[in-house]
Amino acid sequence: MRQKGRFGQYGGFYVPEVLIPALEELEAAFYDHYQDEKFVKELNWFYKHYAGRPTPLYLAKRFSEQVGFNVYLKREDLVHGGAHKLNNTLGQALLAKYMGKSKIIAETGAGQHGLATAMVGALFGMETKIFMGVIDIERQSVNVHKMKLCGAKVISVEGGTGTLKDAINDALRYWTANVTDTFYIFGSTCGPHPYPTVVKHFQSVIGTEAKQQCAEQIGKLPDMIVACVGGGSNALGIFTGFIDDKNVKLIGVEAGGEGVSTGKHAATIVAGKVGILHGAKSYLLQDENGQVLETESVSAGLDYSAVGPEHCQLKDSGRAQYYEAEDEDVLDAFELLSKKEGILPALESSHALAWVMKQKGKLSSDANVIVNLSGRGDKDVSIVEKYRPLMQ
Amino acid sequence: MKAYKELFSELDRAALIPFFVIGDPDYDTSLDIVKTAIDAGADVLELGIPFSDPIADGPTIQKADIRALKAGMNVHRALEFIKEIKQYKDIPIGLLLYYNLIYQYGTEKFFADFHAAGVNSILIADMSIDDADEVLAPAQAAGLDTVFMVTPNTEDQRMKLIASKTTGFIYTVSVLGVTGSRESLSDEVEGLVGKLKKLTDVPVCVGFGISKPEHAVAVAKAGADGVIIGSKIVSLIEANLDSKENILSAISQFIKDVKSKLI
Repeated sequence: MRQKGRFGQYGGFYVPEVLIPALEELEAAFYDHYQDEKFVKELNWFYKHYAGRPTPLYLAKRFSEQVGFNVYLKREDLVHGGAHKLNNTLGQALLAKYMGKSKIIAETGAGQHGLATAMVGALFGMETKIFMGVIDIERQSVNVHKMKLCGAKVISVEGGTGTLKDAINDALRYWTANVTDTFYIFGSTCGPHPYPTVVKHFQSVIGTEAKQQCAEQIGKLPDMIVACVGGGSNALGIFTGFIDDKNVKLIGVEAGGEGVSTGKHAATIVAGKVGILHGAKSYLLQDENGQVLETESVSAGLDYSAVGPEHCQLKDSGRAQYYEAEDEDVLDAFELLSKKEGILPALESSHALAWVMKQKGKLSSDANVIVNLSGRGDKDVSIVEKYRPLMQ
Repeated sequence: MKAYKELFSELDRAALIPFFVIGDPDYDTSLDIVKTAIDAGADVLELGIPFSDPIADGPTIQKADIRALKAGMNVHRALEFIKEIKQYKDIPIGLLLYYNLIYQYGTEKFFADFHAAGVNSILIADMSIDDADEVLAPAQAAGLDTVFMVTPNTEDQRMKLIASKTTGFIYTVSVLGVTGSRESLSDEVEGLVGKLKKLTDVPVCVGFGISKPEHAVAVAKAGADGVIIGSKIVSLIEANLDSKENILSAISQFIKDVKSKLI
């Protein structure tokens, strides 16, 4: 490998030897192409004409009135497919194409990354396999159907508890046996080097756009950026644009589930201990013997026991702060944005909104806060309906 | 405690190395299973501590990990288990596990405690030589041998580097993939073993996918110093979960069968 892939003590590539050649090949291809004029031009073409970029930065006036300061939404929910995930899958699939790989695989939890991979599989005519936990397949049947419509094969993972962690395990195992012709499109800023760097790079378009839009619309930098954190790709994507602007506060919001004290949550940075999972050292939810714990959250997309290594470094250095939002507050946020703005936010993104709602009375009325609205909530309507049935 | 080098040079045939998940299906049964394997002629033991997310393992060993974890196995009990085995017989033991278990226990303390219990070497399934600096010094300080993997897609230059960091034996993976029984042995194995033997004096053992006596014989003929049989043996436990007697007799018979053909 050309680089160590470290973010302070975090990251690295803790993988079985058999995966080393594949990671080396990926790393080499990434560094050879990511700034290459032809590659960049082609990717930008797909961002514009296929994904619908740039996405708007939208001042949510009626939501702002509720919290007492200015809340701008970076509308990643408007990206084709309904979430920021496509930014990354387009980049990695294009890389796969440049590398001459004809087959792609991916893991998925909520199904958004799986769908975004299935879409690029169709776009580039690549044979696509999506690994998904058996429980998630049940919870997200509509997304499963969409992936199949795009021509992907959805592989049901029954090991463990049948969720995202187990899907990653099986995708890694499959890749181990098929490294020669298969490209693994990893979904978040986690996993072994170079994935945390690759995924951040392809998501950094969010922050680049947002910074320019701030200059145009506000005429200055925002005071604060808020984003939800599962593995951490949408958050790093927007943070990256502002990381050197020390006066811009960066806030990551994890899934507090039923409350950190109940043990039923996915607040990895807030409540985890440093460990090693899926090729990287990071904060990790684990028991006293080092066995990885299961996570619980109303949003399947934040259900992950580990977290991106760069977030761990940002936490330790104090450059970003991390908090959690609990399920009930998340549902309140989902309802409030729907009611006041006519925008259904993904339950994942609703975590960021829920934290922002808690800042009511704590920020001055002229404060400018950007929330990365990482996805749309259409996929979550049936879940919300179960928690909060509507009165006739 | 006998060192690998001594053992491999004393043997005029390939060493038979069965793999077990410690505590599969439960502590007491597992102890009897391993003792039975020793009695049947195992030369070295490869023992795994179960982990919640074993990315290098196929379904057979994943299920064994789950059985053992459900029955209460953890790093502390694994240490007790190894002490009991060493009391039964002073047999070389290679430990195979995932890095997080070591990291949480405390790397230096882990190596010291397991060396004191009688373990010869440690193989960390999710650690290549690239990230190994954080474990090499404490492992050597504790007196443990290092074991690293070489796979069919490892380049020659890297093989040399791996050999230079290995003091125990090179764990040669016979196939591209995870652990699991396979019908036929990969035809890449012979070439791989031959190449390694030319590159290094470090003992070479072969594992992954070896499930029949004739696979073991082929690997031995190719010049391997040891043959590691994992999933096949674990599958004999899985197939006989309703009867401990049947597990013990199946394991005993299989090991004797392989051993008789290796001689």
